[in-house]
Amino acid sequence: MSALFAAISSDTDLMVAQNVFFGVIAATMIVSALKVVTTKNVVHAALWLVVVLAGVAAQFILLGAEFVAVTQVLVYIGAVVVLFLFGVMLTRASLGDDETVAEEKRAIASIVGVLLFSVMAVALIDTWADDRVVIDEPQRVAEVSDSIFSQYIVPFEAVSVLLLAALIGAIVVARKD
Amino acid sequence: MLLNQFLLLAAALFCIGVYGVLVRKNAILVLMSVELILNAVNINLVAFGALTDDVAGEVFALFTIAVAAAEVGIGLAIVLLMYRNRRSIDLSEADLMKG
Repeated sequence: MSALFAAISSDTDLMVAQNVFFGVIAATMIVSALKVVTTKNVVHAALWLVVVLAGVAAQFILLGAEFVAVTQVLVYIGAVVVLFLFGVMLTRASLGDDETVAEEKRAIASIVGVLLFSVMAVALIDTWADDRVVIDEPQRVAEVSDSIFSQYIVPFEAVSVLLLAALIGAIVVARKD
Repeated sequence: MLLNQFLLLAAALFCIGVYGVLVRKNAILVLMSVELILNAVNINLVAFGALTDDVAGEVFALFTIAVAAAEVGIGLAIVLLMYRNRRSIDLSEADLMKG
């Protein structure tokens, strides 16, 4: 961690505004993510998830990936969260203060989480000690679309077929017969 | 901005998601934790794309978003089916295949 602070303080052209925004958004995201996994109310968890997803979209904008940020808002906040809320509604899953956390697993799960984070943090700080992301201009949407429809056309078609299969599969699985 | 800022944020989100998957009993809340994990991966992809100044990171982040949307659709259909058959979406009660 000290290497991280040293690298930040030795930065000659420090992007103060970006770093401040990053810190504020990152703190909000971490707190909201903890709320998602600890709150007992399922609807509140979905609403905290919206905050996390919006934070991720903001980080994408900080990274200059505006198209991914817009897609994140459209697909995640617009569709996935609504799907979750429909799921909660249709299963009538404990809208009140229902106990949804396995108490006996909590200690071991936190150990796993903290251990995993420590290992990853040490590895990341060791590997990418002071590599910098330089965003001089946002990635142009045209470049992204050119790339999708030329170089990555095969994975794109595979994703299309996957979405169709998921659509049909969801209907087949969930329909009453 | 340091690359590590984004990578550490993604690692933290990932670990919180793993904690949620392990600790939650409600199937819908487990799916929400999986979404946290997938979003952490997306931050990593876009950050590395920005580091190498390559659109590949963003393109694969878009693919991940599409796959995640399909996963949520199928996952919620399975949860609905489970609720219809057992009147409960508590994962600790779903032990039919337990040895």
